[in-house]
Amino acid sequence: MSVDKHELSTTETDPIADPGLPEHEPRPTDVDDRAEKRAERQVASLFGLSTVFTLLFCVSYFVFKVGHHPSVIWGFGASNVALGLCLGLALLCIGIGTIQWARKLMADHEIVEYRHPAASSEEDRRAALEALALGSEESGIARRPLIRNSLLGAVAALGLPAIIALRDLGPLPGDKLTRTVWKKGMRVVQDVDGTPIKPADMEIGQLVNAEPALFFETNDHGEPVIEGVKLQTEKAKAAVIMVKMQPDDIKPAKGRENWGVDGILCYSKICTHVGCPISLWEQQTHHLLCPCHQSTFDLADNGRVIFGPAARHLPQLPLAVDAEGYLVATSDFTEPVGPSFWERDNYELK
Amino acid sequence: MRLTQKISHRIAGRLSAGRRSRVAAPLVLVLGLLVTGGMYAALSPASAQTRTADQDLVAKGRALFLVGCASCHGKNAEGITTVKGGQYGPSLIGVGAAAVDFQVGTGRMPMAQPGPQALRKPPVYDDAEIAALAAYVASLGPGPDIPAASEYDVSNASTEDIARGGEFFRTNCTACHNFAGAGGALPRGRFAPSLQGVSEKHLYEAMLTGPQQMPVFGDQVLTPQDKRQIIAYLKKNEETPNYGGFTLGSLGPVSEGLFAWLVGIGSLVGAAVWIAANSARSRRKQA
Repeated sequence: MSVDKHELSTTETDPIADPGLPEHEPRPTDVDDRAEKRAERQVASLFGLSTVFTLLFCVSYFVFKVGHHPSVIWGFGASNVALGLCLGLALLCIGIGTIQWARKLMADHEIVEYRHPAASSEEDRRAALEALALGSEESGIARRPLIRNSLLGAVAALGLPAIIALRDLGPLPGDKLTRTVWKKGMRVVQDVDGTPIKPADMEIGQLVNAEPALFFETNDHGEPVIEGVKLQTEKAKAAVIMVKMQPDDIKPAKGRENWGVDGILCYSKICTHVGCPISLWEQQTHHLLCPCHQSTFDLADNGRVIFGPAARHLPQLPLAVDAEGYLVATSDFTEPVGPSFWERDNYELK
Repeated sequence: MRLTQKISHRIAGRLSAGRRSRVAAPLVLVLGLLVTGGMYAALSPASAQTRTADQDLVAKGRALFLVGCASCHGKNAEGITTVKGGQYGPSLIGVGAAAVDFQVGTGRMPMAQPGPQALRKPPVYDDAEIAALAAYVASLGPGPDIPAASEYDVSNASTEDIARGGEFFRTNCTACHNFAGAGGALPRGRFAPSLQGVSEKHLYEAMLTGPQQMPVFGDQVLTPQDKRQIIAYLKKNEETPNYGGFTLGSLGPVSEGLFAWLVGIGSLVGAAVWIAANSARSRRKQA
């Protein structure tokens, strides 16, 4: 194929002569009629196959049952698998057919396109700078500082509406980050069914995923006291895990000596790193592992961080026993639960 | 006072008068035997026959224990402490028959070699031997008993039971055992095993006894009914078909991401290379 020698190579002679482009060689389909016919048939049958799969998709939509007693093939739900496979293969066949068509039958000639400098010409650049200088001169922005400064002030003031409008993101969180629904005398009950728990119910090594009893209380009309979005919000903060270990293994920090009952301790279930719920407790090592980023807390040692990215110990809920013998909280958490935030009290256990 | 003395003297005198009678000796003997037998029947905890059967089982279990378990757990199952203060084999006093049935029945005990945790393998002991070992360990101290078949039978579980079991499962079990019960990693080479294919009895016993690092889920808090519902949910899960095709082990983003990146993107790259590759060329000149 005849391609003109490009102009750049003429400026300097290379030590090795430019061999130019290789000679164009035709494809079998260009020179062999039978090969061409065969390629045509291949492309057409791929498109035909695609139609078949599309039809199979429609058929399997009606044939396979879904719902309570679905059709099953080799342990798979037949409907989903058949629909997905048929549609996928139909699209794939169109794709392969089109590419085969382009590679074997569409026009086949090499094209060379040269690269050109991207900058504008010197003339254009000079003209643009002149126009800018002229504009500045004629508007007199440099000579009239009063106008310039008042304009700058006006533009800066336009930022205020944006800041005022941000107010709609509020109200500010208030004490929502520091308070939960736990309070003095609230029972610690098992999640899901709300069973209250006595110290004698707990065995060494026992773990209870627990919630405040408030979530299971109903008002006079038999409706839940707290429900909907509010329930979810409060649950996200108040969820706890309660564990029992050998009382001798526990090393309470100063002031926490009476926060447990017979080796039963209660901690926030919300990781202090980014707030994943954690209940992966190893009963022999007393370690609590967060599955998200592997922060590890030692529950025998006040929930101290012993590994991972969490920066704070796990908040502990002080426990006691009420008049009927059930485990209750003696107060809310003494520190905010969950991940860190700017205003948070930064005290760390000694 | 004087009156009682008088009466007792008179009675003693009467009895004393008859003590040389021919029937006196056999009568006293029969009376004594009757009182002893009666007292025994009334106060003994078990009938004599079952006691010997139990004792046989315990003795058999102890013999097996001394051969197969005592090297780690101590000759009296009191546990062996290492020089550093760690546990070579923990004490088995008070762990109960359920713990033995679980550990030995799933092949975790006896351990093949020391390691981060005991692995599940084909059981070494047969059912009768496991029963004997369980009876021996149960005789050492009170602990959870092997649950009766009715406690973990989930053949009649209703849809409500299964849904409730799912709630309990997601709250209490998924942190370690994964949302599909496929198991998951723990620190220091340990892992929570897969729950698929574990028998109902062993699932129940594991919750009851808390083997190895697993916490205990005692009957007082997670009631036998709750446990049964969890087992019903797991069994239902096992027989549910995979609606979306391959589960890739139900391990979540790790296995799915690996598949998408390696197989998915890999095959796309391969296809792109194929599309851009030189097609076959012919030396023959165009006609």
